Amino acid sequence: MSGSTLLIITIILLAVVGLLVGVMLVFAGNKFAVEIDPKEAEVRACLPGNNCGACGYPGCDGLAAAIAKGEAPVNKCPVGGAPVAAQISEIMGVEAGAAEKHVAFVRCSGTCDKAKEKSVYVGIQTCSAAAAIPGKASKACQAGCLGFGECMTVCDFDAIHVVNGIAVVDRTKCVACGKCVATCPQHLIEIIPDKSTYGVACNSHESGKIVKQQCEAGCIGCRLCTRQCETGSISVENNVAHIDYETCTHCGKCAAKCPAKVIVNRTGKVEIAETA
Amino acid sequence: MGIYNFRGGVHPKGYKELSADKPLKEFLPSGELVFPVSQHVGKPAIPVVKRNDLVKVGQLIARADGFISSNIHSSVSGKVKAVEPRLNNAGVMVESIVIINDNEYTLAEGVGEKTDYTKLSAKEIIDKIKDAGVVGLGGAGFPTFVKMMPQKPEEIRWIVANGAECEPGITCDDRLMQEHPEEIVEGMKIVLQLFPTAKAVIAIETNKPAAIASMKKAIAGDNRFSVLELKVKYPQGGERNLVHAVTGQYMESASLPASLGCIVDNVATLAAIYKAVALNTPLYERGLTVTGDGAAQPANYIVKFGTLASEIIPDEGGLKPGTKKVLLGGPMMGMAIPNTDIPLEKRNNALTCYLEDEVEIAQGKLTNCIRCGKCIRVCPLGLYPQMMAEAIEKNNLQRFIDVHGLDCIQCGTCNFACPAKRPLTQLFKQGKPLAMALNRINQSKKEGSK
Repeated sequence: MSGSTLLIITIILLAVVGLLVGVMLVFAGNKFAVEIDPKEAEVRACLPGNNCGACGYPGCDGLAAAIAKGEAPVNKCPVGGAPVAAQISEIMGVEAGAAEKHVAFVRCSGTCDKAKEKSVYVGIQTCSAAAAIPGKASKACQAGCLGFGECMTVCDFDAIHVVNGIAVVDRTKCVACGKCVATCPQHLIEIIPDKSTYGVACNSHESGKIVKQQCEAGCIGCRLCTRQCETGSISVENNVAHIDYETCTHCGKCAAKCPAKVIVNRTGKVEIAETA
Repeated sequence: MGIYNFRGGVHPKGYKELSADKPLKEFLPSGELVFPVSQHVGKPAIPVVKRNDLVKVGQLIARADGFISSNIHSSVSGKVKAVEPRLNNAGVMVESIVIINDNEYTLAEGVGEKTDYTKLSAKEIIDKIKDAGVVGLGGAGFPTFVKMMPQKPEEIRWIVANGAECEPGITCDDRLMQEHPEEIVEGMKIVLQLFPTAKAVIAIETNKPAAIASMKKAIAGDNRFSVLELKVKYPQGGERNLVHAVTGQYMESASLPASLGCIVDNVATLAAIYKAVALNTPLYERGLTVTGDGAAQPANYIVKFGTLASEIIPDEGGLKPGTKKVLLGGPMMGMAIPNTDIPLEKRNNALTCYLEDEVEIAQGKLTNCIRCGKCIRVCPLGLYPQMMAEAIEKNNLQRFIDVHGLDCIQCGTCNFACPAKRPLTQLFKQGKPLAMALNRINQSKKEGSK
């Protein structure tokens, strides 16, 4: 057998085998096909693709599957917000409903000039290391922002920054994914509706006298705000005021009366973040 | 018995010469005294005095709440100024009893009365130790009476007096052994009465020849006692090392000395037991060393609890100008204090003053881990500090538990040896409570699934 015959036989053999396998694959492909909901792929294309997990599903794929099956509402993605919800509702053919935007809010206003120092801290420069020490870091207040910015490092959206010693949320960028809430060892950050203008920027449960010694911007639990509020949306528990964001009418009377100025207008705070 | 050595360990400079030859001197406070209700491991005590009450020396001012807790007694006579939150030595606001000293030191009724302890029953002795608020004076502050009630008392073979004092700079135990060896020996005799079959060992590092001689003299003629000489090395005074020294066996992970038939107590604790049982004197004062390059006059004091550190080391005359940092405890395990206006309590054995902040210097030289393995070689427990630190930095608490991070005694040996100046001990202090919480959750889950 010459070399050229061998070559021709090999080519023919391979071609036949290839053809047979091809036919088999086409057959198997049709026989065992997994039905994919075309909607799921379309929904997935609309989602932002951060895989941040803020929706509570394992990444954007998980949420797309859940929406396509009708298990999750179309406005479940907090990152995409209203525009994405509108696109998805078009695909799914249901009403998007009013997707309320939420943002993170840091309950501390003890900036470098307001919070008093009790000591010098030179240890590991992370919030979790400082929070593990009984006396926390250098600030006299035990409940406030430590200012090493662990929330900043976990934020995927560049929406939280340490400005003048405390973490400040940029509400235009914040998508309320909740990563900073889970990271903060002081449990200072909460997710609140974006429409609420006012928030109580203090977390100290100490009595008024001690708060005064520790910080100029601390809630002293004087209850002046509760008397101002017409809707009864503000209450004082454990020496610190709380606003019920559901019933708050954003009138601002509490903020105007607050002697320690801890009820802050959050819309003003963003400007500080941008100019700093 | 030869000179005992243990695996691992480091050789920090002793600095004992600063205060070793200064005799114990009673320090009388002049201003107000602050008694935090938490000076021990366990539940805080409950104040039993109120504003304007008159108190005497040795009077109960806060009573133990629960089993693992401890009584607190006044160290001076005077008037209660307030019961309010005050800054304690860790920088936390703690409910405290503030007493204004009348400088008369009137003793409370019964304090100082001699009792013949040989006629007391075991229960009476333990009750006396408990009522006197005796806690471990080595630094941990664990209520001593709990240690005296092991699950199997018949298996206790050794009573170990810890006089190693391996921490650099501290000399108050050394002075106690030289000046009042009989108090320690009497205290051990009281403990021996609880465990009649046990033997008593006094463990001392060989850098304290005077203390060794003094203790040998005090125990002469009693064949139940012996002095064990230890090699000078840090952390020789660790409980596990001492148990290994007397029994020749290593303690298992997460076990107590009682598992190998040992009860280990600091020499100062044993002296406190003697005072509590034989002299009816509750624990209200202790030895304290003032040392370090920032201390104007290094000294050994008998300090009354509640005395503010600023009285002992005032800015003028106590601290050298430019002192940057004051540690409560020695340089290896001591904790920095926020300022000197904090009260001294049961667990504090030294004030170490520094002209330079070593942590700040180390932070300046901080580099990445070079995997040299030095921390593993020096760890007295044979742990892997480098792996433990990595687990904490990556917030992987399960990994920390898996590499036996919970066995760490936070002695700082790895930190001392690390050429890259990694802040290992601080990481362990950060991770241990979190890992312990995770451990509890895991255990309750296991029990739940059964």
